[in-house]
Amino acid sequence: MANDTHAAKATTFGFLSLMARFFELAGSLTIFSVRFLGSVLFPPYEFGEVKRHLDELGSRSLPLVGVTGFIVGLILAMQTRPTLFRFGADAYLPAMVAISFVRELGPVITALIVAGRVSSGIGAELGSMRVTEQIDAMEVSGIDPFKFLVVTRVVACIILQPLLTAIVDGLGLLGSYVAVAIESDMSWQLYWNSVTQSLTFADLVPGIAKTLIFGFIIGLVGSHQGYKATGGTVGVGRASTTAVVLSSLLIIFVDMILVKITVWIWG
Amino acid sequence: MIEVRGLAKSFNGLSVLRDVDLTVEEGSTAVILGKSGVGKSVLLKTIIGLIPPDAGSIRIEGEEVVGMKRKALDSLRRQMGYLFQGAALYDSMSVRENLAFPLERQVRLKKDELEERILDQLRSVGLEEAIDKMPSELSGGMRKRIGLARALITNPRIMLYDEPTTGLDPVTAREISYLIKKMQERYRPTCIAVTHDMTCTRIIADKAAVLHDGVIQHEGTIQELEREADEVVSSFFVTV
Repeated sequence: MANDTHAAKATTFGFLSLMARFFELAGSLTIFSVRFLGSVLFPPYEFGEVKRHLDELGSRSLPLVGVTGFIVGLILAMQTRPTLFRFGADAYLPAMVAISFVRELGPVITALIVAGRVSSGIGAELGSMRVTEQIDAMEVSGIDPFKFLVVTRVVACIILQPLLTAIVDGLGLLGSYVAVAIESDMSWQLYWNSVTQSLTFADLVPGIAKTLIFGFIIGLVGSHQGYKATGGTVGVGRASTTAVVLSSLLIIFVDMILVKITVWIWG
Repeated sequence: MIEVRGLAKSFNGLSVLRDVDLTVEEGSTAVILGKSGVGKSVLLKTIIGLIPPDAGSIRIEGEEVVGMKRKALDSLRRQMGYLFQGAALYDSMSVRENLAFPLERQVRLKKDELEERILDQLRSVGLEEAIDKMPSELSGGMRKRIGLARALITNPRIMLYDEPTTGLDPVTAREISYLIKKMQERYRPTCIAVTHDMTCTRIIADKAAVLHDGVIQHEGTIQELEREADEVVSSFFVTV
């Protein structure tokens, strides 16, 4: 009996401390976001640094997201074609792939890959700068490290995400055409016409809007984990891992909400 | 002039600084001596506003640092230099970029003027040839020299050194100490250095203070401290 009470107390304590950590993290991320919004509009603007991050983060992510997009498009077409064929609806394959990619797959796949590639990198880089006092060195020089390190990275991620997603969408559609061309004699022209006719404004806008929000999440979470890192090299590793886990979870969670909003607005 | 009065700081209930009083006259160098973990670096970081104190006052050239607004603090920091224990060079930037970074954000200079200032500073620390190197290509002593050059490139009126010779071999440590002395004679900043290296202290200090149990227990010139009978002070002057 006494043991049961002790176990129940321990479980309650564990749950409460988990909740406390959750709210602490949510609060810290909110403050970080507000600080970002308060800093991004005011000078000095570090355009050179944003450009450097765009070059670096874009070139680092492009091969991986490009190959993944192409292969996912190919697999999607290979998997769906037999089923559509059974119902005599294989002519709808280009439209189905296009809508899937533009509305959902492209933005989410790109965001999850970039979260793994970029958010962890930002977390590790800023975490390492934190534990080796490089951020303090910036601060004591009278330079705002938040502006130089965080704002520039988040802005670069926001700009980068739609561009990478557009490339993934394009390569995904190309991959799906390759799968279709292997199995049938559909021409590229016919495939492309079917794709463009199926896409509407209601498909494009949410797809693009999503990528901007995902870019913000990737940059912000990675920067937050790195900027707040403590505890030496262990802390850097933790910052990097948590950045990936947290940004991926947030992307999926926010996507769920955005899908609901999109369906509510456009049906 | 730097004036610290009644400074206190604790972390998670553990009191590190209890009641620190310290005055450093303009253009002079004070060395804070103390064993490892006694709170020397905390004192220095509190002075420059990186760690907010729990109580007390810090006045730098008459301006109160405690509770200072971010903008005013940044403006004050631009008149200060800080040499970190591990030099804290920006490892994604070359030596040139490390030196240019604080300078081009404080002074509007033409490209060739900026380059000349950087070269001049590197010449003064004897590392002109390292201008295009990355921090990862430098030895510990070289990193300290570049850190010193970066801290001094904006001609600060206040200079803070956090363990300037820690982790260096005795020969390099002595070279760095003489380099600090040379830089002090050249720029005449008001300096505080924290260290437990007595050789460095003898070379650079105008006065020294011993931090122990969260308070400055003794202060004076090196000669005065050498004559002190107190065990904490005399332990720094023991020769084997």
